Amino acid sequence: MPESIDLHAGRVAVFRRQDRLFHGVTQFFALTVLLTLVGILASLSIEAYPSLSAFGASFVWSNVWNVPDEQFGAMMSIYGTLVTSIIALLIAVPVSFGIALFLTETCPIWLRRPLGTAVELLAGIPSIVYGIWGLFVFAPIFAEHVQPHLQAVFGGIPGLGGLFAGAPMGIGILTAGLVLSLMVIPFIASVMRDVFETTPPVLKESAYGVGCTQWEVVTRIVLPYTRVGVSVGIILGLCRALGETMAVTFVIGNANRITGSLFSPGTSIASTLANEFGEASPGLHLSSLFALGLVLFLITFLVLAASNWLIARGRAKAGH
Amino acid sequence: MMESATVELGALAIALKVRNLNFFYGSFQGLKGINLDIAHRHVTAFIGPSGCGKSTLLRTFNRMYDLYPGQRAEGEILFQGKNLLDKKHDVNLVRAKIGMVFQTPTPFPMTIDDNLAFGVRLYENLSKSEMDARVEWALKKGALWNEVKDKLLQSGLSLSGGQQQRLCIARTIAVKPEIVLFDEPTSALDPISTAKIEELINELKHEYTIAIVTHNMQKAARISDFTAFMYLGDMVEFGKTDELFVKPKVIKTEEYITGRFG
Amino acid sequence: MANTLYTRRVWTNRIGILLSMFAMAFGLTALLWILWTLISNGFAALNGDFFTQDTPAPGSEGGGLSNAIVGSLLMLGVTTFVSTPIGILAGIFLAEYGDRSRFAKITRFITDIMLSAPSIVIGLFVYALAVATLGGFSGWAGSAALSLIAIPVVLRTTENMLLLVPTALREAAFSLGAPRWKVSLDVTLRAVKSGVVTGVLLAIARVTGETAPLLFTALNNQFMNLDMSQPMGNLPVVIYQFAMSPYENWQQLAWGGALLIALMVLAINIGTRILFRQTDLKQ
Repeated sequence: MPESIDLHAGRVAVFRRQDRLFHGVTQFFALTVLLTLVGILASLSIEAYPSLSAFGASFVWSNVWNVPDEQFGAMMSIYGTLVTSIIALLIAVPVSFGIALFLTETCPIWLRRPLGTAVELLAGIPSIVYGIWGLFVFAPIFAEHVQPHLQAVFGGIPGLGGLFAGAPMGIGILTAGLVLSLMVIPFIASVMRDVFETTPPVLKESAYGVGCTQWEVVTRIVLPYTRVGVSVGIILGLCRALGETMAVTFVIGNANRITGSLFSPGTSIASTLANEFGEASPGLHLSSLFALGLVLFLITFLVLAASNWLIARGRAKAGH
Repeated sequence: MMESATVELGALAIALKVRNLNFFYGSFQGLKGINLDIAHRHVTAFIGPSGCGKSTLLRTFNRMYDLYPGQRAEGEILFQGKNLLDKKHDVNLVRAKIGMVFQTPTPFPMTIDDNLAFGVRLYENLSKSEMDARVEWALKKGALWNEVKDKLLQSGLSLSGGQQQRLCIARTIAVKPEIVLFDEPTSALDPISTAKIEELINELKHEYTIAIVTHNMQKAARISDFTAFMYLGDMVEFGKTDELFVKPKVIKTEEYITGRFG
Repeated sequence: MANTLYTRRVWTNRIGILLSMFAMAFGLTALLWILWTLISNGFAALNGDFFTQDTPAPGSEGGGLSNAIVGSLLMLGVTTFVSTPIGILAGIFLAEYGDRSRFAKITRFITDIMLSAPSIVIGLFVYALAVATLGGFSGWAGSAALSLIAIPVVLRTTENMLLLVPTALREAAFSLGAPRWKVSLDVTLRAVKSGVVTGVLLAIARVTGETAPLLFTALNNQFMNLDMSQPMGNLPVVIYQFAMSPYENWQQLAWGGALLIALMVLAINIGTRILFRQTDLKQ
């Protein structure tokens, strides 16, 4: 069949060209992701340059944010971002661990799937919902029923008292942290549940076989086995909290000061951006907002790089 | 012992000539200086313990290793007078002429009809009626026509495991290859499906050159004309199936076929 | 001795299990509380006017969110249209050519970063790139920002799905002499169709509620607008502005909008589950 061989040869050249094109096109689109990152770093740096050159490195630790005087520093926003995120994690991590433990060990089998699905679905609720709930529902109740009690209990204790000083207004750093924690709980809990389920049943069964209790199996077998996955889940939750705009902006109070009290209103990087960007006049103010964005991006970048390093190290260890 | 490999085929036509074939996974050498002739329109079986290189050898015949960086072959595999390992020789063309059936059935996620037509459309422009005729012909060759003729538009995934494997054989036949490579085609199937496929291979060998990898020695003995025994990347012994199983020349072969290791 | 040790272990276990139940109850209560207030406050707002009237001017009565709903749907549509092919093709690149190059490794790492990057920063980027240079806020800019958030989601799901395709299926297509693009598009991608669609839907769900990047890109528009080159009303930004406002009818609309968004996201997420459960990889 010499004819059919000729036909083959012609097609083959076409296929080669098509394959080269396919490789090029898919690679080009993969490149968009890379270009986005480079673009973010480049454009934020360019826009932030006037501010960074005016204030130098002290922008990062300067405590002043004065729009009329054009004096800008990031410390208050960084402080608010970090403190709210830490509060969020302090609450979310143990609660998520409890939920994951419940869903993988204690929960009756027939309830596992519906409850697990519910937790996953809740992880998808838009953050703005948490924000307006925090502002209209949680903050008033918190101000009336919780904050006075916290002050009564801790107010007299030296050191701790300062954390709960000031008027109980409902909104503030602590409220923002609490709302954030509710927002990240479903996320961290569903990641933890997923990784807990990767523990080989044989491993758990052999632990039960030597008489371990459920608590011991989870804390001494499951948790060490899933160490890397759990850490990565927590880190991703932290990233969400650090960059979250809406859940925080509604309830943090948006005040440019650091008082040391968790009751006092504050600000975070994202909420400062959301509040001021629209009204900022071009010049140092706008540039400083871009600088804030750059700082936020670098913080999440570092945290994520750390998580990637953790994963890589976890893999390397598992390889041996 | 390598010289004997070429001599034994005698007057038979040769479909594939393998000369000094070395294969590397990175720095690990998977095949060591293989020399072998594959007889035209006969069945050649490759046996040996797992990891001996039999699948590796089969996958050099259609350059499947090309898909994976770090894998490379050196030497010659002559097919229709050309070295198909030569980078200039287009790999798609090689594969259109040398088909392959895999360990697990691999129906494509499309209708039975499209499964058959997929390969044909690549290199031929057939009219609708010509294509229908080709599909029917291939399904008959694959001993599947009677079972699927009324449901050609159903998904290939809806068939049973044994039917799926026969679909894959028919799909390979449909492009009219010269050689068909079978990589343990029945190891994932039940005994009844296995018997059907062995029967099918027996019929196909009159029209196609067949190379089959198997870990099942009874099967190799039943269906092949020639058998190659491989061990640790070496071709230990190659000969007519009857002779190799009855009167192996090498002690290692004898040890393997009598079940002393493997 | 052994007895007291055993008793202690049993009690530790009981307390641990009890605490885990508390955690579950706490989490569930809090989240149900949020959902309940959302439904009870938002449901009243979902009347005919809500879907047919434009956003009210400050101080005026009534009004609805029709301009914001239409704007959101338009931008989501453009986002889906843009990010689906880009994400899928980029995902194919990583799955098909991924183990060969340093470039792919870097892209994978960057995708991880972009998946968790604060969305507000992406808003800043699009503002600097498009809004400031090309003359103003627009629906296009909003869609661009949303697409940049959606692409990594589609990309990652596509890649993960393609990596689940059995090697033999891919090799079987190659063994017929098919070129790589045909193997990718006609065989492997088709084998994971439902998974890839799931990824696209998840990406839409993810960007549906995004507020922060739209603040700096699409901005808002008090009036119905179908012109993507103009500032465009959208649900998240309207919810934000109206909730922060002193007007009662605005706050009411904000609750309604929040409920609508939450319902959309829930519907998409539930839809993906049903879709994915029905047509898992059948290989």
